[in-house]
Amino acid sequence: MPPSTSSDLTLSVNGEKYTLTVDHRTTLLDALRERLDLTGTKKGCDQGQCGACTLLVDGRRAVSCLQLAVAAEGREITTIEGVAEGDQLHPVQQAFLDLDGYQCGYCTPGQICSAIALIEEHAAGWPSAATDDIRPDAGPPPLTPEEIRERMSGNLCRCGAYVSIVQAVARAAEAKGAAA
Amino acid sequence: MREFGYQRAYDVSGAVALLDGDGEARFLGGGTNLVDLMKTGVERPALLVDVRELPLDRIEPAGDGGLRIGATVTNSDLAAHPEVRRRYPALAQAVLAGASGQLRNMATVGGNLLQRTRCGYFADVTSACNKRNPGSGCPAITGEHHNHAILGASDHCVATHPSDMGVALAAFDAVVSYETADGPGELPLADFYLPVGETPHLETALPPGALITGVTLPPTPVAADSRYRKVRERASYAFAIGSIAAALDVEDGVVRDVRLAFGAVASRPWRARAAERALLGAPADAENFAAAADAELAHAKPLPHNGYKVTLMRNLVIAVLSELAEEATR
Amino acid sequence: MTTATQGSVGTAHTRIEGRDKVTGAARYAAEIPFAELAHGWLALSTVARGRIRSIDTDAVLRMPGVLTVLHHHNAPRVDSDYVGLLGVPPDPSVALFQHDRVVHMGWPVALVVAETSEQAREAAEALVVTYDQEPHDVAFSAERQAEAYPVDGHAPGVMEKGDLEAQLASSAVVVDAEYTTPEEYHNPMEPHAATALWEGGRLEVVDSNQGTTWVAGELANLFSLDPASVRVRSEHVGGGFGSKGVRSHQVAAVMAATVLQRPVRVVMTRRQMFSLAGYRSPTAQRVRLGADADGRLRALEHQSLNMTSSVHEFVEPSAAASRAMYDADAHHTASRVVRLDVPTPTWMRAPGEAPGSFALESAFDELAERCGIDPIELRLRNEPAVGPVSGLPFSSRNLIACFEEGARRFGWADRDPRPGVRRDGRWLLGTGTAAASFPAGAMPSTAAVTAEADGTFTVGINAADIGTGARTALTLVAADALGVPTDRVRVRIGDSDLGPAMIAGGSTGTRSWAWAVTAAAEELRQSLAPGADIPPEGITVRSNTAEAIGALAQKERHSFGAQFAEVAVDPATGEVRVRRMLGIFAAGRIVNPLTARNQLVGGMIWGISMALHEEAVRDRATGGVYGADLAGYHVAAHADIPHVEADWVDDPDPDDPIGIKGIGEIGIVGAAAAVANAVWHATGVRHRHLPIRPDRVLMAGGDA
Repeated sequence: MPPSTSSDLTLSVNGEKYTLTVDHRTTLLDALRERLDLTGTKKGCDQGQCGACTLLVDGRRAVSCLQLAVAAEGREITTIEGVAEGDQLHPVQQAFLDLDGYQCGYCTPGQICSAIALIEEHAAGWPSAATDDIRPDAGPPPLTPEEIRERMSGNLCRCGAYVSIVQAVARAAEAKGAAA
Repeated sequence: MREFGYQRAYDVSGAVALLDGDGEARFLGGGTNLVDLMKTGVERPALLVDVRELPLDRIEPAGDGGLRIGATVTNSDLAAHPEVRRRYPALAQAVLAGASGQLRNMATVGGNLLQRTRCGYFADVTSACNKRNPGSGCPAITGEHHNHAILGASDHCVATHPSDMGVALAAFDAVVSYETADGPGELPLADFYLPVGETPHLETALPPGALITGVTLPPTPVAADSRYRKVRERASYAFAIGSIAAALDVEDGVVRDVRLAFGAVASRPWRARAAERALLGAPADAENFAAAADAELAHAKPLPHNGYKVTLMRNLVIAVLSELAEEATR
Repeated sequence: MTTATQGSVGTAHTRIEGRDKVTGAARYAAEIPFAELAHGWLALSTVARGRIRSIDTDAVLRMPGVLTVLHHHNAPRVDSDYVGLLGVPPDPSVALFQHDRVVHMGWPVALVVAETSEQAREAAEALVVTYDQEPHDVAFSAERQAEAYPVDGHAPGVMEKGDLEAQLASSAVVVDAEYTTPEEYHNPMEPHAATALWEGGRLEVVDSNQGTTWVAGELANLFSLDPASVRVRSEHVGGGFGSKGVRSHQVAAVMAATVLQRPVRVVMTRRQMFSLAGYRSPTAQRVRLGADADGRLRALEHQSLNMTSSVHEFVEPSAAASRAMYDADAHHTASRVVRLDVPTPTWMRAPGEAPGSFALESAFDELAERCGIDPIELRLRNEPAVGPVSGLPFSSRNLIACFEEGARRFGWADRDPRPGVRRDGRWLLGTGTAAASFPAGAMPSTAAVTAEADGTFTVGINAADIGTGARTALTLVAADALGVPTDRVRVRIGDSDLGPAMIAGGSTGTRSWAWAVTAAAEELRQSLAPGADIPPEGITVRSNTAEAIGALAQKERHSFGAQFAEVAVDPATGEVRVRRMLGIFAAGRIVNPLTARNQLVGGMIWGISMALHEEAVRDRATGGVYGADLAGYHVAAHADIPHVEADWVDDPDPDDPIGIKGIGEIGIVGAAAAVANAVWHATGVRHRHLPIRPDRVLMAGGDA
């Protein structure tokens, strides 16, 4: 008997449970956008090459276009719709708004989710390709603009808002006491 | 994308049993390469066996003083691990040089080893490609190949292996562990990837249906002084056009131990053994570094538009070994 | 006349829709839900030239969820014989499924419509189409000049004055160099997407485009519909850069919605965008400069060649970029095309000026080197008093002010002109500069401004905010014209029912719309008696700027700028990194400094990307683009972009009610040349072929 090509599953998104039947081909990105009407997560390339679909899976950033919805069951998904505290914007969102860290806005949810996770990754002591000395004895690298640029490089912005995005990430990180 | 079944495995034997040697089934790790290939139609599996819940997500000391890395350890966790950064810094650097923060959170060690070439002809199902469609031809040889192989390629395929991680693993003599229905097995990384020859579609020596369970790094003292350098066509989030993993131990100005591996120049991470042989016992100076590079690259067979890679790799060998030698004397 | 206001224009204002954009609430074209929505997927040709022999739809129609397959045998007929809003006939490529001919690789041959996008995709990929393939020719190079012919686009193809050969012969210094730029793709982050439906006898299209007046007009023409029965909406647009006009996705969606009588959405994949969404043609350019020993030009020749498709002439007017910049006794410019079996290229950010300025401004740097004159001084010596070819006066020309301010802030005075003598570790360092110009214009638009009974004002202007900040800029403009704070003004855009208006393109959008808004708002303000009651339906005043714009005197109207770049080059690996960049612009009155700075910097980043990364390789064997995705086609990523700064000098346009010129494109102009000139200064090697890839730097023994 050929295996079933769809599954009933429960997705946990922004603290809410959604029960649905998905075609196994459906990516998490499409499930959010087409089935749950959560369209804040954007489809830029659908191939993991632009970062527009970045969201948080169990608190870590991931591209949702290469994540099958069926394989996301049991994980806690946080999208751009879920990062604010009610009407209170997340500090990263507020910094993007205040410093004009976008133009067309299409890469923005991905940039913001990526930045939120980046600040956590840095706080956890993760090095990056921009880190001079990655040995643990060297201690955590300061979150310089160069570090932010490297760590944000998985999020393309074709409008070229990179300069103000980096400023926004630095401001938000600073508020958390992280920026250099 | 064709319709497919999906099963989640919770233990290794269960995963192997679910796949059951089915040629149309695939293990699904982070999905960062497989799901993309399914979208482009290069892969059309009938069943996916999800292995991300397997208890293979740990990095632990190996019995002989080395390090054992589970197959489902994510690239991020590998690169952040203190023991990896302390004892095998080039490995952490290689992983950090690959992809993006998002993709490294998803991608697994096992999947990274099995990722497919980024040759544009391979990825385009309307195009001929001996790796995807054996016997159909290799358009890269007469077409676009400025980022194709200069070492170990054949008239049938000139694609490169895209992994950064694999280059560092090759330098440090990693051993790949796997499980089949008949029991476990091991393959040194040097034997893991098959020569291209006339069968570019056959990429690894893994038995059919085998599941990679982990990678073991032997204790390699020289690896503590190691470095990974990657050159690409933008500063980040791009595949290499040439990369190098190097480790160097110098005593009294003489090379006591050395490891060198190249990325983006061959169908597999390329261990530069000829260069290593030329260096062992030789004075650690730029002249010998150049001679060692030349010894390795003497076998290079560049195509009309990728000859620059010979120069690039030669320069990288000299530059990175010189940096390591200088740091050793400090 | 410049309106001096002490108001909102000129002050930084965060985006009106900013909160929606940072919370994910802003909905783009493919994100607006419709009941009974069906999904269309385009099937593209796998040959570059030939005829469709057969399409086997039977098997596909039996696949799960498939509703229909449209192709040249059954698709509704369309008419592409018309002239649209921009005064040009459409690229006949948008007349989808009208015949069996395939004119380029990735030509749309069918649309598969199904209940879900997964079903549509699989069915489109399973659709078997056979072809009678014919030999194709996609080989663009400078050698094709012999088959090329000049084309008048928005500028004449050829303009000549003086005896070029005589002036070259009498020049003390001659620069004669060839430059090339590759195929470049817009790649807006949001792929092209449209949903079409019939509602109450009207065709509704929710789309992502740069002008709904324009697209609605094109669709009405194509489908022979009364223009009043077509409504196109495009509220949020995820970037356009010239690529978002009428394209196959809207036409396919309209056809399917018509056949199925239900809403149909068609979204391009990133890969499909490489054959369906337009691109900038590669260029092969030759520049000859003849000058006296002191650098004063005697001869300027700029020849440019680009490719176009076999079905439509599109000229990339790169040589026209030279006509406003510098004077010479002999001044010859010509832009030509050669027809190949490729998709039709289109406008892409600073069409003409972007590649043209790379050639001209690189050649000027070469001339400066040969004359032993500072590159800025060389430009000052060749500053024209009037239009070099037209003889018309400039509306304003503040190029020198840009160079002076830029040189001061960049630290140009301390520059050692010798190449290849600065080092920082493994990096060679260099600096470069280039001039920029882009035409400033306005196009007729209409607007409506309503005084509401609650004391607020509603502005209806069919603008498109593709990331420019137009919605916010127009709010500031309207507030000033009405003499009220911005929080009493609500601006509605992106809906063809708002009335005709210019597109977001040619750096004319904000100026054209602001003019119409100002005209309506000022008239409304004057008509409102202080303290008078406003009726419940409000009081509305409408404007149309056609007459005022038509009355503008003929002048050379341009924005100008000076670009500065510092680069680091590793000669061992060929890596080039831009370390800093500064652009100073004279680009009219700046409406919103916050968004304007961002947009100018964005243009400069496009210049860095063009200089170092962007290149699509067309495979001569298949005729298609090799590596047609965002991993194969590199645009600059975060790590490529250092601190880039843009600023401006005072330069209000004297003939605009607000003083606006336009800032959408000037940022990219000259930017690639500044980077290339800096690479020369770092290494002593001229790079005349973009992009300046590591392999080119590495293998450039002498000149590259």
